[in-house]
Amino acid sequence: MTDPADKTTTLTAGNAATPAAASPPVAPSPNRSQWGDVWRQFRSHRGAMVALVLFVGIILFVSVGPLIWRMDPTFVDIRARNQGFSLAHPLGTDQLGRDMLARLMAGGQVSIAVGLTAMAIAIFIGSLIGVSAGYFRRLDGPLMRVTELFLALPLLPLLLLMVTLFREPLSQTFGAAFGIFLLIVSAIGATSWMQAARIVRGEVLGLKEREFILAARSIGTPSHRMILRHILPNVMSPIMVAATLGIATAIITESALSFLGLGFPPDFPTWGRLLYDAVDQMVLYPSRVIFPGVLISLTVLCVNYIGDGLRDAMDPRIRGR
Amino acid sequence: MKLRTVLMGAVASLTMAPAAFAERGSDGQLGLIMWQAPTTMHPYLSGGTKEVIASSLTLEPLAGYDAKGTIYPRLAAELPSLENGGIAEDMTSVTWKLRDDIKWSDGTPFTADDVVFTANYCMDPDGGCSQLAKFEGIKTIEAVDPHTVKITFNAPRPDPFSAFVGAQSPILQKAQFENCTGANAPTCTEQNFNPVGTGPFRVTEFLTNDTISLEANPEYRDPDKPAFATVLVKGGGDAAGAARSVLETGEFDYAWNTQLAPDVIAGMEAAGRGKVTAAFGSLVERLHVNLTDPSPNLPAETRSTLEHPHPFLSDPAVRKALSMAIDRELLVEIGYGPAGKATCNYVPAPAAWASENTECLTQDIEGANALLDEAGWVKGGDGIREKDGVRLSMLYQTSVNAVRQDFQALIKQWWSEIGVETELKTIDASVFFGSDAGSPDTLQKFYADIEMYADNFDGNNPAPYLSKHTCNKAPSPANQWQGENTSRFCDPEYDRMVSELEGIVDADERAAMGRKMNEMLTKDTNAIIPLVYRGTASAHSNTLEGVQLNAWDSEIWNVADWSRAAE
Amino acid sequence: MLNFTIRRLLLAIPTLLFISLVIFLLLEASPGDPLGDVPLTVPPEVRDRMRAALGLGEPWPIRYVLWLKQFFWVEPLYWFDQAFGTGFSDGMQRIISFQSRSPVFDVIAQRVPQTLTVVGMSYVVGILIAIPIGILSAYKQYSWFDQIGTFVSMIGFSMPTFFTGVVLIIIFGVNLQWFPSVYDTTLQVRDWDSFMAQVRQMVMPVTVLALYNAAQISRFMRSSMLDNLGQDYVRTARAKGLSERVVVLKHVLRNSLIPVVTVIALGLPAVFGGAIITEQVFKVNGLGQLLITAIHGNDIPMVLTLTFIFAILIVVFTLIADILYGVLDPRIRYD
Repeated sequence: MTDPADKTTTLTAGNAATPAAASPPVAPSPNRSQWGDVWRQFRSHRGAMVALVLFVGIILFVSVGPLIWRMDPTFVDIRARNQGFSLAHPLGTDQLGRDMLARLMAGGQVSIAVGLTAMAIAIFIGSLIGVSAGYFRRLDGPLMRVTELFLALPLLPLLLLMVTLFREPLSQTFGAAFGIFLLIVSAIGATSWMQAARIVRGEVLGLKEREFILAARSIGTPSHRMILRHILPNVMSPIMVAATLGIATAIITESALSFLGLGFPPDFPTWGRLLYDAVDQMVLYPSRVIFPGVLISLTVLCVNYIGDGLRDAMDPRIRGR
Repeated sequence: MKLRTVLMGAVASLTMAPAAFAERGSDGQLGLIMWQAPTTMHPYLSGGTKEVIASSLTLEPLAGYDAKGTIYPRLAAELPSLENGGIAEDMTSVTWKLRDDIKWSDGTPFTADDVVFTANYCMDPDGGCSQLAKFEGIKTIEAVDPHTVKITFNAPRPDPFSAFVGAQSPILQKAQFENCTGANAPTCTEQNFNPVGTGPFRVTEFLTNDTISLEANPEYRDPDKPAFATVLVKGGGDAAGAARSVLETGEFDYAWNTQLAPDVIAGMEAAGRGKVTAAFGSLVERLHVNLTDPSPNLPAETRSTLEHPHPFLSDPAVRKALSMAIDRELLVEIGYGPAGKATCNYVPAPAAWASENTECLTQDIEGANALLDEAGWVKGGDGIREKDGVRLSMLYQTSVNAVRQDFQALIKQWWSEIGVETELKTIDASVFFGSDAGSPDTLQKFYADIEMYADNFDGNNPAPYLSKHTCNKAPSPANQWQGENTSRFCDPEYDRMVSELEGIVDADERAAMGRKMNEMLTKDTNAIIPLVYRGTASAHSNTLEGVQLNAWDSEIWNVADWSRAAE
Repeated sequence: MLNFTIRRLLLAIPTLLFISLVIFLLLEASPGDPLGDVPLTVPPEVRDRMRAALGLGEPWPIRYVLWLKQFFWVEPLYWFDQAFGTGFSDGMQRIISFQSRSPVFDVIAQRVPQTLTVVGMSYVVGILIAIPIGILSAYKQYSWFDQIGTFVSMIGFSMPTFFTGVVLIIIFGVNLQWFPSVYDTTLQVRDWDSFMAQVRQMVMPVTVLALYNAAQISRFMRSSMLDNLGQDYVRTARAKGLSERVVVLKHVLRNSLIPVVTVIALGLPAVFGGAIITEQVFKVNGLGQLLITAIHGNDIPMVLTLTFIFAILIVVFTLIADILYGVLDPRIRYD
């Protein structure tokens, strides 16, 4: 009983998952020590630490990289096309002589931003609907019918319609690039939350019949606290998996959108599009598919391991071991 | 002993080889891959190139175009002309003499009734026939006798060869389609998928958008042809996959429309199984300059219409500079290789109509800069030119296509060098080329400053193609945005020339007029900035003999003559 | 449970009608033109005629009601006639595709076999691989097996099929020439040789899709198993002397299946929907290819019918999943 971690129960583990603002600021010190525990546990997860370092590396590569390697990713140097690795172009050039290193960095900014944001939107909507449907019986029917409706809608016409309706007003209000970014992340987010919602709901349905929920209810815990402290922390792991898979899907979906003409303007590189554009030339210039491919996989792998580590670190039963 | 075997083998192969050529169905299966799959075997119902090509395996017109674009008789015994009396002196009628040895693939004879029926089938107001334009201006069509058809026009026609010429308007069998006219046309699925024809093959199984199986037509007029016993037309996939299956794996003999980057093609050809060839018709990839203002601040009724001239593209100097800044030879090298030629012409062929317009072929960035300076467009702090508060900043749109996106990037770069800022936009092809009046992204609406696409004309008469650019054909709400004059080019002089062209009968005079009109659109005004004269590229296996690509008619116009090369 | 099922099925009818209306309106409103594929050489007047011949001149409520009638009345009558040789549907117009001008259901019937064999098979293979991998990975968390499993499945999931498919074609189709790169839909399995040909042409598309499906399912299986392995009841079960086998495969597995059942139940209707990109890469031409070409061609009757069948399957399979929740965890009650 010397380790403070042993004292944490399922109840307090709930705190860890709630945003700091939701918990009363009266007792900051036990809270902090709990986050400290989480971090200590996280650090002991070798895979997660390696992944975190790599992920920070990727983020630095795409955000700080362009400040060091100042080549314009859209600059066409037609005499230098299809070049191999060299000092002038460390990763070679593409079929129009654009610098691959600069394009990978610029593409990463877009892909990671789109992946994370779209995933966050999808997971937020999915968890919200899933928990509400699972927890409140009256909402279950209507919300699940809405989910079925969204699952049944043909994606492509829906996206085409969204783009036609909103592309011009959005790019006028927020500028071309950011307007399209908003459009894309909301389009991907709005069309990929259904699986998460169904999964979360399924788990909640089972969860709310468990003894500790009954116990909490018997002491009169209000619904919102019940959900935030008891339900959500216990459905974290499927949400984590859905989130990891969601990033990969969002990055790929973004590229699918751009080759339907629905995504970013064509001179805006993204990892998905770099990969797609190079598939035809795979045999001639393998490095052009390998780099974006490896970066996408690496990002997804990192997020996955970080997710694993976080999950373990937040689970009091494992943390105690 | 050895020598004898060799000799025997030689003798055997000598006797075998001609036999292999001279017998119907001796060469086994012909595999065609069309990655955009045909949806029907009936060109009158679809109008798409892929359906026209597929149906040309079974259906035939009275006359076709050969690989050089010259017309030749197919089901007609001879070509009507003024000399043989087929074309009336006053040019108001044409009389076709039909061959009398033709049988449909069900064994019944082919007669003039079938021809008359086909015309009535397409001209039926409820049928929705896609080739109606070919039958325009026909007053009557009658069977004079079982092997003579007379077509009378409303007015004298300098070019009477439109109906029943080329694979777009082949002859249907009356007996088969009798109950399929008008509103019934779409319900005759069985007939539309398995038309009885006079061509070298007949359909055995049709799976829409997937596979067509055909076999040699037992009633085909040449008893030794076709050399192939069966044909398999496979659809699906993309251009690269189709080219790969011919050039690298050898699973198919012929792949249609393999438009790929030249280095990718070269890499695939290195496998040594086949090659890609191109045929040049009249297809030109070009930029259309919007001469009207597409600004979103204008009300929807007048946005992009003749009411508001474009703030800076209405200045001829700017348009000329845009054209001068482009290196067309480089575009060809990057995008099309042997399947493209740099051009300054809107009408690149036939030879008599193509004008000697080569000035734009050399890129001249300095000249373009000088021209803009002279016109008063001054570079601002960010390197973008402006005059009276108007910045040279444009939106440049096209359909989604790898080559087009490369072109966009290159042209954007060149224009930045002359102080013009360009924003790029791509649109899904089905939206861009569709004519949904409710969509803001169609090529007719043209809510952008520059747009790029390719277009051509049917057959070898460019007159209708040139007459698209009259004032009244500029798209606007008045014509539900259906006009074909996408640049909104409007010049009374040009309109006058269009009406004059219709009356000219002499071929040389027509061509001279056409060349003048072509120059007006391109080098005089730069309302249209031509980039590349495009061929249609197709891959075929080295084991296939007789392939002769044709851009004027169905690409596989002479499939009856194809055979398997002796290995 | 029976009450619940009947109530849900009854409720499904208005839901589905509403879904069909939403899909129809969506297709109506989205940009695109059934004649987008017609060459620019066809003049606008002719296009108008063609559009009228497709019935697009009518206002949308009429077209929607017509479609409802065709779907729920004419088509069943037609199939009844086909089965019993009667003539109730004579003279009635079936649902006709804009693109091919042929009855939509005939085309769907042509496509179902190849989609079910390729996509269905890949799903079965995917599940069969994923569940054992998920269980083992969780049971031996952070073992070599788990690490490799995680690595492979994450790569499998993050690599788009347009890439993995082409890689397989280049290696096994072009260089080694083991498998055909083009799927032959006309192949009929009659004897051993044609059976082997069928197997050979299925290997690559099934591998690509199975890898993708297995990656997803195994991740959910693993995480759910991990959650349950730490629960008190597992300790209890072990304490009362049950063998590891029984503890893991009977108690933990059963309790971990809820998210997996959800994923599989949502995935099965997708089997019918086909796999758009994989079908295209290998030229399988199943329902996925049919749907995407119909969408590109703005073939409203075809898209509407396909997505509506899809919607029916979704409603049915989510109901099945809900019933299965109750079976897996008897504490879940809906009444």
